[in-house]
Amino acid sequence: MSEHVTQVGVLARRSMLKTLRQPFQLFPIVFFPLILLAVNASGLKAATHLPGFPTHSYISFAIAVAFIQGGMFSLINTGTNLAEDIESGFFNRLALTPLRRVSLIAGLLVGVAALGVLQSAVYILMGLVAGAHLDAGVGGVGVILVLGALTAVGFGAFGCAAALQTGSGEAVQGLFPLFFVFIFLSSSNLPRNLLTTGWFHTVANVNPISYLIEGFRSLYIYGWDGTALWRGFAVALGLTAVALLAVTGALRTRLQRT
Amino acid sequence: MSTQAPSTIGAHDAAPRGGGIWRVALTIAWRSLHTYVRRPDLFVPSLVFPLVFLASFAGGLSALGKVPGFHFPAGYTAFQFVFVLCQSAMFAGLFTGFSLAFDFESGFARRLMLAAEDRRGIALGYALVGLSRAVITLSLVSAVALAAGMRITGDGVDIFGLYGLAALLTLVGYGWAAGVAFRFRSIQAGPLMQTPVFLLLFLAPVYVPLGLLKGWIHAVASINPATAFLDAGRGLISGVHDHTALAFICAVALIFLFAIWMLTGLRSAERSA
Repeated sequence: MSEHVTQVGVLARRSMLKTLRQPFQLFPIVFFPLILLAVNASGLKAATHLPGFPTHSYISFAIAVAFIQGGMFSLINTGTNLAEDIESGFFNRLALTPLRRVSLIAGLLVGVAALGVLQSAVYILMGLVAGAHLDAGVGGVGVILVLGALTAVGFGAFGCAAALQTGSGEAVQGLFPLFFVFIFLSSSNLPRNLLTTGWFHTVANVNPISYLIEGFRSLYIYGWDGTALWRGFAVALGLTAVALLAVTGALRTRLQRT
Repeated sequence: MSTQAPSTIGAHDAAPRGGGIWRVALTIAWRSLHTYVRRPDLFVPSLVFPLVFLASFAGGLSALGKVPGFHFPAGYTAFQFVFVLCQSAMFAGLFTGFSLAFDFESGFARRLMLAAEDRRGIALGYALVGLSRAVITLSLVSAVALAAGMRITGDGVDIFGLYGLAALLTLVGYGWAAGVAFRFRSIQAGPLMQTPVFLLLFLAPVYVPLGLLKGWIHAVASINPATAFLDAGRGLISGVHDHTALAFICAVALIFLFAIWMLTGLRSAERSA
């Protein structure tokens, strides 16, 4: 058991350092959500005048999207790093060692979870500096960090599955726009009750990302909303479960090829 | 489909100089367009993205049309369509810069520079590619917007002006991206091409008119040339002209500036080759 923990720890540390040491990977995690938040919070501030809008602070409403964007960058960074290991032959050498298969992926994902906590903390701080109000208080910070880590693991696992399946960093990068579409077609910019275009309202209702965003958002604008929170956690856990299934299948195929 | 180019690049014959530029330009345009339409990985994202933006902004934010103080005669779909049109036009130019950078990375552009009888034809050829890509993207975006019930209250001349402005914006995006591509000659410079244009566009009145923006974004948008492009485009589509002359002057001035930036970049690429 302790040997397994050591293996996971070593791989998790490597996974974290690999991202932290590359400015090209760190820069988008902080820069893009910050820019989008600044632009949207200012440009869409007028939306708070709409009857039925849940808060007078658009920044408190919009900050939730940053956590999802952070999750999507986990997908890209984790997938690209793993694909790089496959392309360079490091993954094959690792597969020849007595390392357990579970440790191989668990190590990566523990690293992703740690980064997820770190990036969520950055977004919380960023939001507070920009004037967002966290209605759930200090307890809410803890929940956001857990949900942020879970979201990062879910998306990161999808990145791993794509990397194992294709073995190409370019292919993993190609997934980013696909996942970004899910953010655009959700309740990211307006609450669902104000999505007045029929088809868009339907798409946002069936889009799981809407519920994930609303999980984060509820802590900022409603305090403790049990329904929004369980839905948010259910989506994050569901995402992780589906992604882990995909990883298991892709890992088996990859190791057979190796 | 034949892959035969209309002429060969390496013909160092006694052709007049001007003819040389066009021969090179048309050959490059033919080759790049052929590659573009034959590769779904290039073709599909460039079409899907504007459509997603249109769906997300015009569909998802339509309630903003009811914000107090928001008056746009052609409706919110037309209001957002102009933004998507301007963005798609500029990004058609930007993506052409990506192709140029990719051609440098693969070594093709270096061979092209050795073979071309007049290297300015390379810059001109990729500009034609950008314009052709814009025609494809803008046609699709316009068709989808019309199918979704977008209203146009401007007349035929206004619409001609709107698409003319879009063509100029394609050249603005291309001029900037090509200058970067000629200098860095690597696809790694992609973020440097994209980020300034992305910021320029989003620091303008994207979701609501300038009058409804408050605080720092209002100050920035007031001096941002993209505000003039959006105001003019929205004025043309609705028939209520707003900053039309300013937008065209800004676009032409930017094309002139970026043409210098691009041609000095071409000289830099020549020196390194």
